[in-house]
Amino acid sequence: MNSSAREGWSWWYLLFVVEAVAVLWPPFYNRVEPTWQGIPFFYWYQLLWVVISAGLTAIVYFAVEDTGR
Amino acid sequence: MQQLNWTALSIFVLLFGFVAWLGFAAGRWRKGDLDQLHEWGLGGRRFGTVITWFLVGGDLYTAYTFIAVPALAFGAGALAFFAVPYTIVIYPILFLVFPRIWRVAHKHNYITAADFVRGRFGNRWLALAVAVTGIIATMPYIALQVVGLQVMIGALGVQGQGLMAVIPLLVSFAILAAFDYSSGLRAPAAIAIVKDLLIYLTAFAAVIVVPIELGGYAKIFAAVAPEKLILAVPGPNTIGAYGSYATLALGSALALFIYPHSMTAILSASSGHAIRRNATILPLYSLMLGFLALIGFMALAAGVDKMPEYAQGFKTYGTNFAVPALLLHSFPSWFVGVTFAGIGIGALVPAAIMSIASANLYTRNIHREFIRPDCTPKQEAQMAKWMSLVVKAGALAFILLVPTQYAIQLQLLGGIWIIQTAPAVLLGAFTRWFNDWALLVGWAVGTALGTWMAVSVNFASVYPLSIGGYGLPGYSALYTVILNLALATALTPIFRRVSAQQPVDETARADYVV
Repeated sequence: MNSSAREGWSWWYLLFVVEAVAVLWPPFYNRVEPTWQGIPFFYWYQLLWVVISAGLTAIVYFAVEDTGR
Repeated sequence: MQQLNWTALSIFVLLFGFVAWLGFAAGRWRKGDLDQLHEWGLGGRRFGTVITWFLVGGDLYTAYTFIAVPALAFGAGALAFFAVPYTIVIYPILFLVFPRIWRVAHKHNYITAADFVRGRFGNRWLALAVAVTGIIATMPYIALQVVGLQVMIGALGVQGQGLMAVIPLLVSFAILAAFDYSSGLRAPAAIAIVKDLLIYLTAFAAVIVVPIELGGYAKIFAAVAPEKLILAVPGPNTIGAYGSYATLALGSALALFIYPHSMTAILSASSGHAIRRNATILPLYSLMLGFLALIGFMALAAGVDKMPEYAQGFKTYGTNFAVPALLLHSFPSWFVGVTFAGIGIGALVPAAIMSIASANLYTRNIHREFIRPDCTPKQEAQMAKWMSLVVKAGALAFILLVPTQYAIQLQLLGGIWIIQTAPAVLLGAFTRWFNDWALLVGWAVGTALGTWMAVSVNFASVYPLSIGGYGLPGYSALYTVILNLALATALTPIFRRVSAQQPVDETARADYVV
């Protein structure tokens, strides 16, 4: 209905920035400890972020798709 | 010498046969007039959220990926894991940009990225640059799918001399070409469902069963050399391995969705909403890819490269043999057949979509634009069908006639080339501010410099850039596209002043609203 709101910027998109910084800044996660189930931090941190980022995208999806109706 | 594995081979052939039947049957699925290019080449834009999920997943996470990423982990360690941040960052891009491109493409019946650029910027030469870049970047990518298939067939123990050695490959490709020709994009969409289910089964079995056999993840990671377990901490005055890692991830992410095969799969969705939903559910594939990368470490821990029965395979295929060797070592023959079929079919799906995408580009943006502007829709669709055969034959001939190393190098260059179309395609979805000729100059300079960078470091993806004594090693594709964008931005006001007349933008603001 309100097309200009759906076309433009949404503050929810900042979640994408959070996600990009979290995975594109290796100093955050380039460590072995703490390990989880024997998996070094470097690996499980990034795998965990796959799940977190999917969740963030879902949040943005519901937030953005709803405001336009 | 490796023996022919009859059980695995039978299951492999059986599943391939099923998939071939499915490919032909798919032509009648959600029936459309296959004499129209958007029906043959985009499946009539009718795929809902779930089919799009399988299709895009099957398209982007290719057989070669499943072999090469673990192979890189096997050889280079932590660096290979850049595939994970890479496949995380792609989804915000998909979410923000592609529903808009889908909308405008649907409105104006655009089939390719070059169609969009032609309509948006009104410059056929800029569109030609996008089309040619797309085709040239895709060809080696198809060739690498052939390599993936070759490794799997070889690992089944199928060997021969001369012509006999290539017959299985020729047969697989002939079947692929035939169902592609007759069913168009519906074929890979149907097959992707089978392939993805098999690959998920493989990945999760490997992640659970193999660590139990090897005594837990701690033991697996203990087999990795300490200097390869995480990235090397950069020394003073350089961003070191951190720079390579992050720029490889970001650069690859920016390039991924403007590859013609990605564009084709996305445009075949039934709505922009289906694309957004997919941005939230496609990461399941990234998770799987991350786990598959760990298979490289499992292969190290199992020591498959030191086992005499796999020596020949490693000699022929290098580290690409790490995954098949581990699967052969860890699983009973029947399950090996299932996993190999999953990866093998995983080569067919992207190869099919890539050749359809290249055919669409050639037909729409070269043939119809420059050679036969008056062709009927039926002639257009027929031309695309023939082109899909030509493209596949070309990729196959390339692999059989020239060393595999060239295909890998060309694919690397392909990433550098395709990203140069990002300013026109990705930013074009939001703004018409750029001047068309300024974009073309940016593209040309980025392409030339990127090619030179890659060649000067002997086809490594990372270029050791240094500014004022500070080391900034990073992915040359990302560096050159930044330069490309800067040039296009700087030249736009100048070019606009020189030529009074701007070409017409045939799209309207409202055409992009999701």
